[in-house]
Amino acid sequence: MDSENYVFLVKRGDEKGNSRFDRFNVPKKKISTVLEGLVYISENLDGTLSFRHSCRMEICGSCSMQINGKPRMACSTIAESLGSNTIRVSPLPHYQVIKDLVVDIDPFFEKYRKVKPYIIRKDDKSPGVELLQTPEQFKIYEQYSMCIKCGLCLAACPISGSDDDYLGPAALAAALRFNLDSRDEGTPIRLEITGGESGTSRCHYAGECTEVCPKDVDPSRAIQLLRRTGISHELKNAFRRGKHAGKR
Amino acid sequence: MLETIKEDIIIMGGGMAGLRAAISAAEKDNSISVGLVSKLYPLRSHSVSAEGGTSAVLDPRDNLDLHAFDTIKGSDYLADQDAVEEFVRIVPEQIYTTDRWGCPWSRNSDGTISQRDFGGLSFPRATFAADKTGFHVMQTLFSRCQMYDRIHFYNEYFVTSAIIGQNRFNGLTAINLKTGEFVVFQGKALIFAAGGAGRLYQFSTYASSVTGDGNAIAYRAGLSLKDMEFMQFHPTGLVPSGILITEAARAEGGYLRNSEGKRFMEKYAPTKLEEAPRDIVSRAMMWEILGGRGIIDEHGETPHIHLDLTHIAEKLEERLPMITDIAKKFNHIDPAVEPIPVRPATHYTMGGIDVRISTETQVPGIFGAGENVAISIHGANRLGSNSTNECLAFGNVVGIKAAEWASAHTIPDLDTTRVMMEEKRIWEGILKNGGGENVARIREDLRTGMDQNVGVLRTESELEKQAKNIISLKGRFSNISVEDKSRVFNLQLQETLELGFMLDLAEIITLGALMRRESRGAHYRNDYPKRDDVNFLKHTVVNFTKDGPAFHYTDVAITKWKPAPRVY
Repeated sequence: MDSENYVFLVKRGDEKGNSRFDRFNVPKKKISTVLEGLVYISENLDGTLSFRHSCRMEICGSCSMQINGKPRMACSTIAESLGSNTIRVSPLPHYQVIKDLVVDIDPFFEKYRKVKPYIIRKDDKSPGVELLQTPEQFKIYEQYSMCIKCGLCLAACPISGSDDDYLGPAALAAALRFNLDSRDEGTPIRLEITGGESGTSRCHYAGECTEVCPKDVDPSRAIQLLRRTGISHELKNAFRRGKHAGKR
Repeated sequence: MLETIKEDIIIMGGGMAGLRAAISAAEKDNSISVGLVSKLYPLRSHSVSAEGGTSAVLDPRDNLDLHAFDTIKGSDYLADQDAVEEFVRIVPEQIYTTDRWGCPWSRNSDGTISQRDFGGLSFPRATFAADKTGFHVMQTLFSRCQMYDRIHFYNEYFVTSAIIGQNRFNGLTAINLKTGEFVVFQGKALIFAAGGAGRLYQFSTYASSVTGDGNAIAYRAGLSLKDMEFMQFHPTGLVPSGILITEAARAEGGYLRNSEGKRFMEKYAPTKLEEAPRDIVSRAMMWEILGGRGIIDEHGETPHIHLDLTHIAEKLEERLPMITDIAKKFNHIDPAVEPIPVRPATHYTMGGIDVRISTETQVPGIFGAGENVAISIHGANRLGSNSTNECLAFGNVVGIKAAEWASAHTIPDLDTTRVMMEEKRIWEGILKNGGGENVARIREDLRTGMDQNVGVLRTESELEKQAKNIISLKGRFSNISVEDKSRVFNLQLQETLELGFMLDLAEIITLGALMRRESRGAHYRNDYPKRDDVNFLKHTVVNFTKDGPAFHYTDVAITKWKPAPRVY
């Protein structure tokens, strides 16, 4: 095996579904991360390769792709850590390919939008007065606020693969992030959405989302917590309906 | 058929200033539609990389004049003081507003918003969200945008030019990257919020997307750019990648050490030491390196300095979690036990489109905010913790101003002749060009030349050399060949257009630096090491002409603070 070079096998494709793997030799001493490998290819070997990248510090969420069989961020995947001279790069599964490694990420953001991922308060338009939140109250949702919207979880999720309607791990974790925020009053509204047909009940807790998350958001746990609060919310609703029925 | 997309307000750029503007426009007037045009998805913008904090006067022991004075002194007196006074006044409410929208500002144990020290501050007023301030503010703004159906996101539309006709905004031409279609955006008002230009250097904390598009497009369309020679070098770019290691690392007590293991800041800033402003610390590091006290090791062949956090290891997890993670992930360094290799890296573009305090440009109906503009509150050197607050404060103002303008005006008839000229420039002029020159090679030569010749320490001969380089690079650019002839997501075409922008800006920066025969803030001339208030207490203003950039100088607004020696 050539120890001077990595062999990048890069899936090339278009929106019509045509695809092939191209092979590139990338000198090991020129790169550290998989993203640097792709930039090297684009600058030196084949200028027609398309992929997304921006911050190269795993905070902007652009360069999500399938690397050696697993959804990962190219910028924070150290080539050496893959333990193989051959690096296989393909577009994220469960998304439509636009070109090469670029996929249509819009469905991901549409799902996110559906859960009303923002603070809901009755006094929304009040002037800026400081709201108190203790560090302990922050800790409750901290983990779920770290999502960089890279979309890896949706690529790993077996349910999302076969079910376009499912809200998926990131959107559900976002819902929980706001539900748990002491400044928010929107939990009942969001539970109606996340407890619905396309929500938490579809999750099989396989845990793949949590495994691939680069920011340790743990969407799988988020979905469990969300389902639990959803059930108690349902019970409260049923109880309220019962009380109303009794009055009649 | 040319597709024309019409909105009341067009915003170029989906970073912090752009998102803040979109929200305030939508909230100012519930009949307004906003088109937010970005070559990225908003959360991919470089604003998410901002780390350490955002200054605001929240504590009763602090006051607005102190924040203003710190900013002005930090700017080496080149900031417009009336703009600074307005800035510090309107910042605090933005902290509370974003708090209400869900920003997880770091807190004191009683639940109030916490603040910390930062370089060049006389009071610890940097409000922060751990060391992910930009990330959390961006998430907050983006989430708030989801409430409004009237904010329309045009993601991955690459803007190629702005058309100004009869002293009004006429249209933006753009390529829809996903389809390759050429489209036009029209609106009653235009807001430039497209960020800085730091990627025209090689060693940079910037995301690869920060190529100065907003500045170059405005300049080509006839707007003035101001103070472009002032490029901020952040002292602690991680070697070799350039990833930002936040200034908060030093504000929390981190030390800089040279190859002898010695702290050296006492020589250069006897009082503030490592917490001096960025320009001063960057120069000190370069002088240590030039003095032969740089470090060369497995992290980099270029000499660098050590950032030592081992004595504050207990603070890393709570106050500096991201940079701890970065050092581990990218360099296999545990900052609790080992120093981090760093050197100065381009980090912020003080210059930008010349706008008034009201965020208006010289063309009615065209506005700007954020790093894309010079309002000018940063002058010759921005203080750390004074950028994200600017995006919030003036992002809010610009959204309101644009909404007011839009409600009283109409969309002009499209100048189709100029649209067709632009279409031809791209598809005939650039895509079909067969000159054989390669975008990556020209870009690399540009960036390494800027690093070497227009860096932290500048001299006439090197600046002249780079000015000549740029002329030759522009010549090569006219013979550029784009290998990829396809339409859909043509990354190489995009990079070629970006390179065109970068070459224009590099020329302006280099010539501006050549003509400014003094040292002020981030612009340091070995051959003119003193600040010269008699001749250069002035803004550099540049305009596009067919024969090249035309420069002139304008006065700096001085209100309360007379220029004084800048000692830390």
